[in-house]
Amino acid sequence: MMTLCVVAAGIGLAWLALILGALVYKGLSGVSLAVFTEMTPPPGDAGGLLNAIYGSVVMTIIAVIVGTPIGVLAGTYMAEYGRFSKLTTIVRFINDILLSAPSIIIGLFVYELMVRPMGHFSAIAGAVALAILVIPVVVRTTEDMLNLVPNALREAGTAIGAPRWVVIKSVAYRAALSGIVTGILLAIARISGETAPLLFTALNNQFWSSNLNAPMASLPVTIFQFALSPYEEWQQLAWTGALIITLTVLGLSIFARSLTGRREDR
Amino acid sequence: MSAVQEALPAIKGSRDATVRRFALTDTIFHAATRAAAILVLVLLGGVAISLFAGSWQALSTFGFSFLTTESWNPVTEKFGALAPIYGTIITSAVAILIAVPLGIGIAIFLTELCPRPLRRPIGMAVELLAGIPSIIYGIWGLFVLAPFLQTTVQPYIIWLFHGVPGLNNLFAGPPYGIGLLTSAMILAIMILPFITSITKDVFDTVPSVLKESAYGIGCTTWEVTRRVVIPYTRIGIMGGVMLALGRALGETMAVTFVIGNAHRISTSLFAPATTISATIANEFTEAVGDLYTSSLVALGLILFVITFLILAIARYMLMRIDARTGA
Repeated sequence: MMTLCVVAAGIGLAWLALILGALVYKGLSGVSLAVFTEMTPPPGDAGGLLNAIYGSVVMTIIAVIVGTPIGVLAGTYMAEYGRFSKLTTIVRFINDILLSAPSIIIGLFVYELMVRPMGHFSAIAGAVALAILVIPVVVRTTEDMLNLVPNALREAGTAIGAPRWVVIKSVAYRAALSGIVTGILLAIARISGETAPLLFTALNNQFWSSNLNAPMASLPVTIFQFALSPYEEWQQLAWTGALIITLTVLGLSIFARSLTGRREDR
Repeated sequence: MSAVQEALPAIKGSRDATVRRFALTDTIFHAATRAAAILVLVLLGGVAISLFAGSWQALSTFGFSFLTTESWNPVTEKFGALAPIYGTIITSAVAILIAVPLGIGIAIFLTELCPRPLRRPIGMAVELLAGIPSIIYGIWGLFVLAPFLQTTVQPYIIWLFHGVPGLNNLFAGPPYGIGLLTSAMILAIMILPFITSITKDVFDTVPSVLKESAYGIGCTTWEVTRRVVIPYTRIGIMGGVMLALGRALGETMAVTFVIGNAHRISTSLFAPATTISATIANEFTEAVGDLYTSSLVALGLILFVITFLILAIARYMLMRIDARTGA
């Protein structure tokens, strides 16, 4: 019976190796400078992914700028001001549900909230959808990390006459900083691969666009479109884009883990 | 001396001002954090309300029959959600069947068998699987797994079971490669890390005294796992499985690639089908007419309600195990 468990672990690891192997094998052959310097091509032509990469970066940055402060503040309330209040229990429960809610639902929500009233798809709607995905991740890690800060530190701060918000800002945040940063990095890792919430918010764009009020290309949506197309050049670009996303996401999560990992060792 | 006395009111005045300023800032900061916390609640409420408002037209047109009708016809504007609901439930159920034994097996391996130096790297590798975006699983499923199943596995299984009653319906039809089973397999890979990491975490909550007493009366590792660890952590494991089920039900991109997007209910696991999320992803931007859009939002509402219930149950179970360990 225990042998079966070893087999199970073997299958799990082999599966991971198979996926990464296929990804590197198929994606690497398409990596060239053109991928990063040229626009997405029309069917049957060679080209790159520049506008898609640009769109992904822009929307991710806006989402992080919008979502992080809200998430950190909410996490702060739950761990500091309202640690024992009823509101915290409810918010924690709802936040956990938001954390694993299907992202396509968030896409539909933002469609009803922004795209329909505005009458057109836009990059800003895509960024808002991503921001809604950032918030629960940041809330969760901020609360967890602030809860780990020893109360003796806070009491020491209060004892020298610092008001609550100074204690939070200069003691609790500082002690929990690496953990909070980890949460933000994990949130970035999560949204950089999200496709479903962008499908009907930011839509897609074949051309270069930096207009936030217009549809914007993104790497995941471009991969989706190109992979399902019958054109070989597009499929190759999809694999290459998939490799870029995976490396980014894996890099971010390994970096994020190493931040907290060091803390645990200490 | 007199200089100090002269300065005192000024110091006292500035001290009062400072205290007032501090108190004000604290009130503002307190209110800001509270508002952010409430915003999280508003978000979920907003999702529910907007989905309900968006799907009102479809729900009032079709009524309850929306849930029980199989036909999905944009031309005649007759929409029913039965086929996507069926596809969603079947793919998720099969995925759970595949992933739960594997996930628990890996968790047992990691907590009981694995040599200590390998524990962290292997645990991390499994968790990295969770971080890979779903679109990567989709593209891998479409270009690698589906052709492999189509040419190698499916013809063999169809041949093997074609004379067996029951199973011949389950594994019938031309091997397309894409379809219910392929989607379920991709989902299984995707939820495996969730099941593994949660199971591993709840296994770690078992007091070592319990395990050591079992070992002390001569139990083997398997007996300790089977008779002590698993019964002790049953609720936690169930919570993890429910959480994974919630993920599987709502997973969009990976399934959209390999499900085949066919609005029909078939007994064969090899048949192309559709799920709620795949239907929305495939058709939403192409939907013409308010009723079509509204029907798609109604599908979203159904998915939202199902996953909300499943996730709420999962969280409740996991909270119970947290309460027991005092964490």
